[in-house]
Amino acid sequence: MRPFLYDAPGEALDAVRAVAADPDAMFLAGGTNLVDHLKLGIIEPGRLVDVRALTSSEIVERDDGGLSIGAAVRNADLAADPRVRKRYPVLSEALLAGASGQLRNMATTGGNLLQRTRCTYFQDVTTPCNKRVPGSGCSAVGGWTRNHAILGTSADCVATHPSDMAVALAALDARVHILGLDGERMIALGDLHRLPGAAPQRDTVLEHGELITTVELPAAACASNSRYRKVRDRASYAFALVSVAAALDVRDGTVRDVRIALGGVAHKPWRASLAEDALRGAPATIDSYRAAADAELFVARALDGLDGGNAFKIDLLRRTLTATLRDLT
Amino acid sequence: MNAEITLHVDGAARSLTVDTRTTLLDALRERLANTSPKKGCDHGQCGACTILLDGRRVLACLALAVAHDGAHITTADGLQHDGVLHAVAQAFIDHDALQCGYCTPGQICSAVGMLDELAAGRPSAATPAGAEPLLDDDEIAERMSGNLCRCGAYMNIVPAVRQAAEATR
Amino acid sequence: MSAAKPDSGVLLERHAIGRDLARRDGRAKVTGTARYAVEAAVERPLFVHPIQATIALGTVAELDTSAADELEGVVVVLTPATAERLASTDDAELAILQTDEVAFRGQIIGAVIARTSEVARDAADLVRVRYAEREHDVEFSADRDDLYKPEKVNAGFEADTVEGDVDAAMGAAAATVDETYTTAMVHNNPLEPHASTALWDDKTLTLWDSTQGVHSARSVLAEVFGLAEEQLRVICPYVGGGFGSKGTPHANVVLAVLCARAVPGEPVRLALTRQQMFALAGYRTPTIQRVQLAADPDSRLLAIAHDVVELTSKIKEYAEQTAVATRGMYAAPNRRTTHRLAALDLPVPSWMRAPGECPGMFAPEVALDELAEKLGIDPIELRIRNEPEVDPESGKPFSSRNLVACLRDGAARFGWGERNAPPGSRREGDWLLGTGVAASIYPTYRMSASTARIRFEGGRYGVQIGAADLGTGTWTTLAQIAADALAVHVDHVNLQIGDTRLPYASVAGGSSGMTTWGSAVVEAASAFRNAFGDEPADGDEAQGDVGRASEDYKMSAYGAQFAEARVNIDTGEVRVPRLLGVFACGQIINPRTARSQFIGGMTMGLSMALHESSVVDPRFGHVVTHDLADYHVAANADVGEIEAHWVEEHDPHVNAMGSKGIGEIGIVGTAAAISNAVYDATGVRVRSLPITLDKLLAGLPAQ
Repeated sequence: MRPFLYDAPGEALDAVRAVAADPDAMFLAGGTNLVDHLKLGIIEPGRLVDVRALTSSEIVERDDGGLSIGAAVRNADLAADPRVRKRYPVLSEALLAGASGQLRNMATTGGNLLQRTRCTYFQDVTTPCNKRVPGSGCSAVGGWTRNHAILGTSADCVATHPSDMAVALAALDARVHILGLDGERMIALGDLHRLPGAAPQRDTVLEHGELITTVELPAAACASNSRYRKVRDRASYAFALVSVAAALDVRDGTVRDVRIALGGVAHKPWRASLAEDALRGAPATIDSYRAAADAELFVARALDGLDGGNAFKIDLLRRTLTATLRDLT
Repeated sequence: MNAEITLHVDGAARSLTVDTRTTLLDALRERLANTSPKKGCDHGQCGACTILLDGRRVLACLALAVAHDGAHITTADGLQHDGVLHAVAQAFIDHDALQCGYCTPGQICSAVGMLDELAAGRPSAATPAGAEPLLDDDEIAERMSGNLCRCGAYMNIVPAVRQAAEATR
Repeated sequence: MSAAKPDSGVLLERHAIGRDLARRDGRAKVTGTARYAVEAAVERPLFVHPIQATIALGTVAELDTSAADELEGVVVVLTPATAERLASTDDAELAILQTDEVAFRGQIIGAVIARTSEVARDAADLVRVRYAEREHDVEFSADRDDLYKPEKVNAGFEADTVEGDVDAAMGAAAATVDETYTTAMVHNNPLEPHASTALWDDKTLTLWDSTQGVHSARSVLAEVFGLAEEQLRVICPYVGGGFGSKGTPHANVVLAVLCARAVPGEPVRLALTRQQMFALAGYRTPTIQRVQLAADPDSRLLAIAHDVVELTSKIKEYAEQTAVATRGMYAAPNRRTTHRLAALDLPVPSWMRAPGECPGMFAPEVALDELAEKLGIDPIELRIRNEPEVDPESGKPFSSRNLVACLRDGAARFGWGERNAPPGSRREGDWLLGTGVAASIYPTYRMSASTARIRFEGGRYGVQIGAADLGTGTWTTLAQIAADALAVHVDHVNLQIGDTRLPYASVAGGSSGMTTWGSAVVEAASAFRNAFGDEPADGDEAQGDVGRASEDYKMSAYGAQFAEARVNIDTGEVRVPRLLGVFACGQIINPRTARSQFIGGMTMGLSMALHESSVVDPRFGHVVTHDLADYHVAANADVGEIEAHWVEEHDPHVNAMGSKGIGEIGIVGTAAAISNAVYDATGVRVRSLPITLDKLLAGLPAQ
């Protein structure tokens, strides 16, 4: 771990200016992933700019019936918020399925979105990794791929995004407010994270120095009937092999509205638009759900690798998605 | 690069110099000789370093000390008062909820923080949708799952935590 | 030390023994004030960070330490060029920094000693290494053409045994099983990393080390460094878990001493990181086990064969005794066991809780379940029918063997009789339900040397022996033994352990601690009472040595383990809501700490069954699941109800306490019981550990 300067400015815009002006600077929020990376040698910032006190730690009602979540809201507090539990159960469940009680007390909403892949090769500086060192190669291809992607991979990177919260937010059409040198902009959460393509070193579309300030949750009627189903190798305290965030509105045996996002299977929270399209207006039956899963997973590609690679994740995801929709019906 | 900070540890104000890279865990263990919180993985994957930071359970290994100037920290050592063990600590002895003892201070801090969270009605993954959490074994096990015990004392940790909670309610 | 004499064969009168006493070290541990090795109170310690090889085989061509040397706070950078020459390099695992050769990825090739831990780590990262790399070979397989038979396997057993003709019996049997089973490479992963504080004062070394044996660690280090044993003091009152991995010093301890000797007068601290432990602290070999069973129409075994392939390191042989338990488990006229090794460019495997028995009882106990199904007989009844009269291998009588009692008692407690549905047919909500059973065995070992001293002072009996408490309960149970041996109340016993200044104690291994140290304490108490009666004066002192174990009997502990498994019908997730074990381990010294030993072993067995796997990436040569996020050990939520019971067992032959070791038997058989339960739940037979959901998916019902 290289030495670094620590700054705690008083205003968000000061923090943005400080980081934007210094290519070696990074924002520090809850630290649960960043401090980890410092120790592993994945990052070597010259300056950390502490933003925990600079964005809101409140959850407030929006005029449209949605919620506005400050970037500094702790994961534990967001999960426990009665409004979130009632109106967006999928989000509360996703948060509670992640990490541990201690980590959820530390991690922030903004930081959670910007956590990086847990790919073992990315986290091991002794092995090549295009995400860590562009052009060095991808060690995961042909390696241990249990935690790796089956959707949207590229020849350069097969990593997955590890956040559970982000999967729920993707399903809920959340929007992200971003503060930059030129002021504030807003993007759909689904557009925040990237697919790896030829530039896997970039997890998101944020420019250096841009700071997430708020996550906005629009009102969504179907969100009250939603759930997060996470499948993992341990009963708790483990990252997802696959996960499904789904909200379903069924009336008279027909799917009126549906939102689905998938986790643990792609470089970003994977909005299952093909499955959603297949379901809207379809009969709310197990056959429809299976067909919708098949429609989405038509483009899934398994990775070869140790212990048989990750082909099992395609079948596992198909079954998990089908079961989650069944259980919401 | 060094910084001067003050930490309130187990009720005592301690001023110290830390490297900006120093974690709260290393500040406690290596600078202040408080080795109650343990280092099991140093990456937030085991829970042995759990402390109460301003009243909430957190992992000291992932918190930079420089970012916690003025913080109030309670370790398992600081949970006792006038030589009387905290109810959770006593319950761990009563139920033999420890073997090698290395994860134990973290387990106990975690249990103390967790019981506060439970009492405040905060849900866990074991809480049925929309329901108030109950003090049952599934809740305790899920909420304590961020504290690994390699000796395999979980089977005793759960009733110990339950006993302590029932005794203090 | 006097020549070991045999036991008297008379059991101690029990007062303290058998009592449910709280741990004496409980208070220190719940407050975190118990000091572990790296926490030893020393003035201004220096911090060590190892530098590890990032190739699996080759030579260090260049090691540029200039940037590290210049860093403020760095005291010394040790490299093969600057480290002292060791007196003995016979143990290649310990002969670090002696040559430029790299024999496995992660090997120690240097170290930084610095004023703070942050600087030590930073400096280690700044050391630039250039290698001349050679092609490595880490691929473990039973198909290799270079497998070899070791001279002996661990604990001194023969590599192969043959009796009768297994192949002929297989051809003539009413039912047979011939299957291959595998267990994963697993790492001990005690929660306390391997750690030391070391201080060299130019003549003597004081070493606070996390070790299962202070005296055995001292012997090894004295030889490696060419020191007289009197020049070394090893201290270890508490061990944050070892499970075998702290049974012998690994390279980290040698490095700590090398560093201490490089900075005389200044204490150094070295704790391995969790990731470093995956290369430097030992592990359990993966195994490939072929089991053949043949039975007659009455379900009596005609043949048992157990052929094992496992790995070792090219630099030092370790041969796990995986098939040895099979030799004494069940009767059959035709028997064969073999061990073959693949020597690879990997770190040296070593002991992990119940080496041999733990992986070695997985395969045969699943195979028996398969055989029972073919025979149409209850798996418990199959085991009972094949219960031997005498030890099948040696022909000796058993000192006591209550496996059948464990099976029957466990069946009644578990509700085994209600098991009558075919596999894959019991369902509750989204979960398939099944139950399984397996047997456990662990030998009752006694080490040949240990001495206890008893000194009366201030109205209390000081009992001194350099024994270890790894969480096993020694602080409490050895005091209980001493109390009964002295015929005094346990509160009058002061126990001192964990220091080479105390009389010699054998390593805590092979579940031998209580038998060995306890026997020494009994002998010391007997000598003390003979010399001073029951009203001693201050300063009265006597000592005694462990006696010789009887060779007339086969001595082992036995057990039966029952598991309930639930498998999610959609995802194949496996849950084990209930484990129940019944053990026959002679006299239980302390039911509270004993129960913890049993449930702890069973929990680790559950973890092995469902989670643990060290995945070696053959391209790089190292374990890529090298942290506690990727190497899963069971978390609290993975564990449901675990019950441990024991049957009354009177065994005057094992030792004066009538006790058998209990630290390891709990992990033996658990994984087989769980695998058998998963089969009962799903109809899918998983013969490779861990039982992860991907192995079950294809066999789940359609949605």
